[in-house]
Amino acid sequence: MISLDGLRKSYGPRTVLDGVSLALEPGRISALVGPNGSGKTTLIKCILGLARADAGRLLVDGVPVDEQGRYRARIGYAPQAPHFPGNLAVGEVFAMLRALRPGAPVDESLLDSFGLRAEWATPVGTLSGGWRQKVSLGAAWLFRPEALILDEPTAGLDPIAAGLFKHALRGFRAEGGTVLITSHILSELEELADDVAFLNEGKLRFAGPVGALLQQTGMRRLEPAIAALLRGLRVESGAVA
Amino acid sequence: MNAVALVLRAGVRDLARNRWLLAYGIGLATVAELLFVFGGAGNQVVLSLLNATLLLVPLVALVFGTMHVYASREFIELLLAQPLPRPAVFTGLYLGLALPLAAAFLLGVGVPLALHGAASDVPVGALVALAFSGALLTATFAALAMAVALGTDDRLKGMSLSLGAWFLLTIGYDGGVLAIVSLFGDWPLDKAMLTLMLGNPVDVARVLVLTSLDAAALLGYTGALFRRALGGISGPALAVVALSLWCALPVFLARRRFLRRDF
Repeated sequence: MISLDGLRKSYGPRTVLDGVSLALEPGRISALVGPNGSGKTTLIKCILGLARADAGRLLVDGVPVDEQGRYRARIGYAPQAPHFPGNLAVGEVFAMLRALRPGAPVDESLLDSFGLRAEWATPVGTLSGGWRQKVSLGAAWLFRPEALILDEPTAGLDPIAAGLFKHALRGFRAEGGTVLITSHILSELEELADDVAFLNEGKLRFAGPVGALLQQTGMRRLEPAIAALLRGLRVESGAVA
Repeated sequence: MNAVALVLRAGVRDLARNRWLLAYGIGLATVAELLFVFGGAGNQVVLSLLNATLLLVPLVALVFGTMHVYASREFIELLLAQPLPRPAVFTGLYLGLALPLAAAFLLGVGVPLALHGAASDVPVGALVALAFSGALLTATFAALAMAVALGTDDRLKGMSLSLGAWFLLTIGYDGGVLAIVSLFGDWPLDKAMLTLMLGNPVDVARVLVLTSLDAAALLGYTGALFRRALGGISGPALAVVALSLWCALPVFLARRRFLRRDF
């Protein structure tokens, strides 16, 4: 559904994305992994138009996206560190989001699973990090998008909420939804992901099914497979003998 | 309701419950009330209020505005991830900051004026000029705060730049003008002074209120020049135009940065 074609992005002299081409397919969960500073968040921001790529194209269903950003109506996004205006109540945040997209179909199932109704009148600024994350995920889910882009979605969630979310995400995939997810908890990604995109120093070093990565590295689990990829790159660059 | 109005409404709802903004309004009201009780005649009250306005309004708009933009960073990202055009998000965010700040100023100064105004001999024109100047200075410095905060991700640097701008425009600039007057006092400085006065929104606001007081003796050197050169209606009209242009400049700068930058 979403394709990146030769995406390039630099901040001053630092190249953050160096010709990244990637396809996110419907009905699949793609895990975006890589060391700190590898360009994961920048890649997500380029997809959403929060940052503008210096070169390359972003296509949705094979069509280059427009400047108006109408394609964003089809994507739900949960950022790494969600913050909302602190004095707005939870209900007011959702009312504002709904008003921004009048007529759009609404899915409040995740709000109900998380029990957010109980906090409807609570100012967002007084919520804990975990509850703010629930608000953020509920907001990403609200319009039943075709694609979800999730930056560390379970960070701060209690195990019960994380379990509920993962269950919902599997349902979303089963219904043909497209998911791009980043997480530092590789065991969680292993549980969820169908595909892996491994980014290192702005370059996409691997993109394909999880099984292919395990086969290529000769590992049984995702974590050692990623570590093996990283070690291989370091050996290549001469950083490790 | 369109996107601008929705983003604006969220900003107003958030800031209407902001404790610091409430403290600002109450602080201004207290100063105005004390001036009415102990400040003497109408003109003197307006003058004292003017001095407080010229120092406090830019300071609060810059400091509060800069902090607010940094604190709203993730919310801005959330808005930009929605199918909304960037110019609409900017307009909504800017008005959502400037209008609550201006409302706090107008209510803070306005309530004591409404309570005491009829009993005192404060000229109505001066009150309108004071309200207009304060509101427009708020809009100007809130936009400047946005331009600064959108220009650098380093919060300490952003706050330092905002405080530096406040010092330069409220204190430093007048010091420079005074230095020029004392150094080149023997030269005909009339036109240079007028130009210099228009070069700073705080001075323009000062002149606008002072000319509306119709008290030439209080205008000082530059104010007297302003009145002599542009007497009658054209003086205040020029000041209103200059103040509006001064407001448009940082709005333009902040908007350009908002539209071009990466979040």
